[in-house]
Amino acid sequence: MASCREDEEGLRMIESRDVVIIGGGPAGLAAAVELDKRGIHDVVLLEREHELGGILRQCIHDGFGLSRFGESLSGPEYAQRFIDEVRERGIEYHTDSTVTSLSPERIVKVVTPSGLYIYKAKAVILAMGCKERSRGSVMIPGERPAGVFTAGTAQAYMNIYNRMPGRSVIILGSGDIGLIMARRLTLEGCSVKAVFEIQDHPNGLDRNISQCLDDYGIPLYLRHTVTDIHGRERLEGVTVSEVDGNMVPIPGTEEYHPCDTLILSVGLRPENDLIKDAGIEIDEKTSGAAVDENLMTSVPGIFSSGNVLHVHDLVDFVSLESERLAAGVASFIGGGLAHDRTLQVIAGNGVAHVVPQHLCSSSAFSLSFRVRSLSSDSVVRVRQGDRVIVEKRHRRLNPAEMVNVDIAAGSIGKEGNVEVEVV
Amino acid sequence: MRKCFTCVICPNGCRLEVEADGGTISVTGNLCPRGVEYANEEITDPKRTIASSVLVDGGVMEIASVRLDKAVSKSLIFPIMDVIKALHVAAPVHIGDVIIHDILSSGADLIATRNVEARQ
Repeated sequence: MASCREDEEGLRMIESRDVVIIGGGPAGLAAAVELDKRGIHDVVLLEREHELGGILRQCIHDGFGLSRFGESLSGPEYAQRFIDEVRERGIEYHTDSTVTSLSPERIVKVVTPSGLYIYKAKAVILAMGCKERSRGSVMIPGERPAGVFTAGTAQAYMNIYNRMPGRSVIILGSGDIGLIMARRLTLEGCSVKAVFEIQDHPNGLDRNISQCLDDYGIPLYLRHTVTDIHGRERLEGVTVSEVDGNMVPIPGTEEYHPCDTLILSVGLRPENDLIKDAGIEIDEKTSGAAVDENLMTSVPGIFSSGNVLHVHDLVDFVSLESERLAAGVASFIGGGLAHDRTLQVIAGNGVAHVVPQHLCSSSAFSLSFRVRSLSSDSVVRVRQGDRVIVEKRHRRLNPAEMVNVDIAAGSIGKEGNVEVEVV
Repeated sequence: MRKCFTCVICPNGCRLEVEADGGTISVTGNLCPRGVEYANEEITDPKRTIASSVLVDGGVMEIASVRLDKAVSKSLIFPIMDVIKALHVAAPVHIGDVIIHDILSSGADLIATRNVEARQ
């Protein structure tokens, strides 16, 4: 690591950087490379794991890169393209380095194998990704045996550490990682008995239902959830119940399913602890920072992209979003970026959440959102007051798929909030 | 014969409706020509890719991830998994290394998708 001296009182000297990037997964890597391309070289990227690449390191299935590279790659291959470019460009990065605090003055404290370091940055990029919801966050009652894993943990066991999580598997939740793991476990010789989903629609992409469940004859039960966990040392079985329209278990519908492994694929949440500590405004709907069209948060000079901003379906869009972010950061450092939040973007009828949440200018930007429910042949409308800015008919809208709409420069007026709705 | 299925070629996941009448196939619901190609294959000989890991001897990790570089007939998936499970390769392994060329005469190569350097 670069030099870092102590003053007489034993306090660490503060190092200055134009940009500190927190997180070396796809969002941080893409931002680092794009900043370098734009002539911003005084950058440090901080990663808490031993290697760069983030969650892509364990996502060994293919299907990554179709938008960004026009070919189907596995996660590690996709990540390596960016890692190689970071190295070739000589961008400074540190692994095994965990950021423990971030202040609104853009002071970043990081714990590394060689001690505590403090950076003062002109701009900070939040690229920490997301974490999985766990048994605790969905409050499944019952005993506490071994054998209950989040899908990502099971994926790390198999794809990084070469350990099988179990043999006889039930999956709760139909998120993409759970579906991918259903196929992976089946290929490795496990018996995957069923996937249960509490909602009335699958949470993962259609193609994953088809190629991960249907191909291997694994049944998916909608409107079902796990209501009890049995086993002292190791999981022995789970109780599954049907739920009503309010997702409340219906008494009398309980069924016992023997299994030694329960895999939870029950949603992802932005890893937002540092954001809260820094007093940055959070959008309760996304659980990420509330940003403007340049992906700047409520604190000037602190930007955010990728899964820590809002959970994406596809890494390609994380990379593209982070490259757009880098353009904003470069302008900010050059002194030419407005951060006067004059307008709000509102998630209207049928829309669960929208990014960005604020607008400062009428420059071109990309708007990303999720719908609340499945619909076919409906229209997505972006309007400012009564004036329609963009209107597009969609054959099918699915909460499991993020929708992106490009807004042209100059199309937003100075007055009136912008609303996105499904009609 | 009328069939509906989801195209798995890309994340759009188009819902294809396929009308197959003797030798001719008509496809609707596809956003791009790859949907037609996929539908034809799905009717005649469905193909898929797979990913797994192989054991690495003398590497900094126990395993290296691998995948097929093109889709193979569905019927070959489990036979190919049996081959993969029996494999050992020597470190170092690098992304793109061909582990097995034309595995089980499927036309696809098994390639490494992770760098695993030799243990010092």
